[in-house]
Amino acid sequence: MPKELLKGNIAMAEAAIRAGLEGYFGYPITPQTELLEWMSARMPELGRVFLQAESELAAINMVYGAACTGARVMTSSSSPGVSLMMEGLSYIAGTEIPVVLIDVMRGGPGLGNIAPAQSDYNQIVHGGGHGDYFPIVLAPSSVQEAIDLTVLAFDLAEKYRTIVVVLADGSIGQMMEPAELPPMKPLKTTRPEWATTGATNREKRVLSSIYLQPEQEEITNLRLLKRLEEIEANEIRYKSYYLEDAEFVVVGFGTAGRVALSAVRMARAEGLKVGLLRPITLNPFPIAQLRQITDQVKAFLVVEMNSGQMLLDVQRATMGQAPVEFYGRLGGVVPFPDEILAEIRRIATTNEYATNGFVRRNWLRRLETLVDGGE
Amino acid sequence: MVGVVNSQVVFERPAAMSSVATHYCPGCTHGVAHRLVAEVLDEMGLVEKTVGVASVGCSVFAYNYFDCDFVEAAHGRAPAMATGVKRMLPDRVVFTYQGDGDLASIGMGEIVHAAARGENITVIFINNANYGMTGGQMAPTTLPGQKTTSSPAGRDVEQMGFPIRTAELLATLEGAGYVVRRSLHDPKNIRLAKKAVRLAFETQVRGLGFSMVELLSTCPTNWGINPVDSLQWVEDHMVPAFPLGDYKVADAVAQIRLR
Repeated sequence: MPKELLKGNIAMAEAAIRAGLEGYFGYPITPQTELLEWMSARMPELGRVFLQAESELAAINMVYGAACTGARVMTSSSSPGVSLMMEGLSYIAGTEIPVVLIDVMRGGPGLGNIAPAQSDYNQIVHGGGHGDYFPIVLAPSSVQEAIDLTVLAFDLAEKYRTIVVVLADGSIGQMMEPAELPPMKPLKTTRPEWATTGATNREKRVLSSIYLQPEQEEITNLRLLKRLEEIEANEIRYKSYYLEDAEFVVVGFGTAGRVALSAVRMARAEGLKVGLLRPITLNPFPIAQLRQITDQVKAFLVVEMNSGQMLLDVQRATMGQAPVEFYGRLGGVVPFPDEILAEIRRIATTNEYATNGFVRRNWLRRLETLVDGGE
Repeated sequence: MVGVVNSQVVFERPAAMSSVATHYCPGCTHGVAHRLVAEVLDEMGLVEKTVGVASVGCSVFAYNYFDCDFVEAAHGRAPAMATGVKRMLPDRVVFTYQGDGDLASIGMGEIVHAAARGENITVIFINNANYGMTGGQMAPTTLPGQKTTSSPAGRDVEQMGFPIRTAELLATLEGAGYVVRRSLHDPKNIRLAKKAVRLAFETQVRGLGFSMVELLSTCPTNWGINPVDSLQWVEDHMVPAFPLGDYKVADAVAQIRLR
């Protein structure tokens, strides 16, 4: 396929269609709406199911029902809409059926704004809905990667009977860049052995997330955990840049990771031995990969478009073996490369790293200066 | 059976009902409603192509009692979940089985929009004027003055508003093909209810839009009266508040002739 100039939201929608999407249910919300609009035209044209739900609450429960039939189905939304989907996501997780969600994050909390943000990391990676469950979370940093990860999402969802979230942000959804779409895949012709499709010539099947006996629920929880272990063993994905001789390593995902790469390149041009580790799977998180480089690293710098949500995971991975500094922008503000470059310069020239407990406090003092300074 | 020459089966468990004991309280009409649905599935030969959607409330375990595929929805979301199933499997029969708290309170948004879309599903709506599963709290269908565990002095409409007449409300929507209210308080009404359940499924298999049968039902345990008095209570108090009748019968549905 030739490269085309594609907008992220539309690219993800078309990628899902070409991955064999059979049903889409969604609700309009900025900055994700083009995805729904694209589906509204393309899915009926291909004889597939598109439905605009009355709310995100309904959309996720339609997806829940649709997924029970064993078909490839998905929904998409943005932060406040995804909050409304948390109930359904928990039920889907408890029922152990494959569903893909694309979350094009925006600034919050509350109504917030429609600018790119990463402040739903904890909501998606560490829970959100009730109960112990573990979605696979994929974080693209370009339109091309958004396409590739959307396709991958369906395969992973079906392989592990789990929720896969493509955790994008407003800039991935809204930006246009050259990218290549995959060829159109034929639709699945078979249905899994658990699907509720009508008990024709077979025993009836029931799909539910209810386990009234705590002992049974515990077994289910253990099964989900074992599946997570399998996912952790097989599915960790990340991209590393200039790590071989790096004394300082920046860690960032999605758009923040992409901006950080520019800063790392600028720092390299200045002769600073700095590299970048960009997690692509936020769950499973590349813990071992981070731990492995801890010995060679004088300090890590975590860069996020939130208040340091992934920071805690990086701290967990590095176990205090190296200082972990933090730089974040909040509320829908995207950091510029030179802001991150300044942070790289700072950690490369100081010996006074914040101890873990004060990382965020020190960053806040620096950010306050920046924001008060008429940014 | 000494002396019986020609024996004939006059009553048996419908094939569509699983051969298990239910968890329902003695005297509750859920069993009757289940039986009517099962009989209709049998008569229409639909068991093998039906997917039921259980809801949250006393009927949460409905999937144990029917011999067809079932999914279990979140509280109030059965019409949305049924929509997802039906859209992916348009040639299958999909029904929800929901109580009044589930359908008319927390799930009011989902039921209204499913009806408005003319979603080709059948809804069996059990109205027993309280939240049964959680122990008898006030429901959107609780009658004015009715005592429940969360309206211990009786439902004060000044504070707690008025009961919702769901069948009438949904009948205003163009997508609704068949919306009626029946009662399960005596044999005559049970026969009428059965016919309505049949027509609701006939509406669906003919693709004539959303169908719902609201069934006035008893809850002896939470009402605190015996099963016989409960049936009388439905007749005396619920029927006047929730009049029985056909609220929406689309022309094409009216033309259906049952053999």
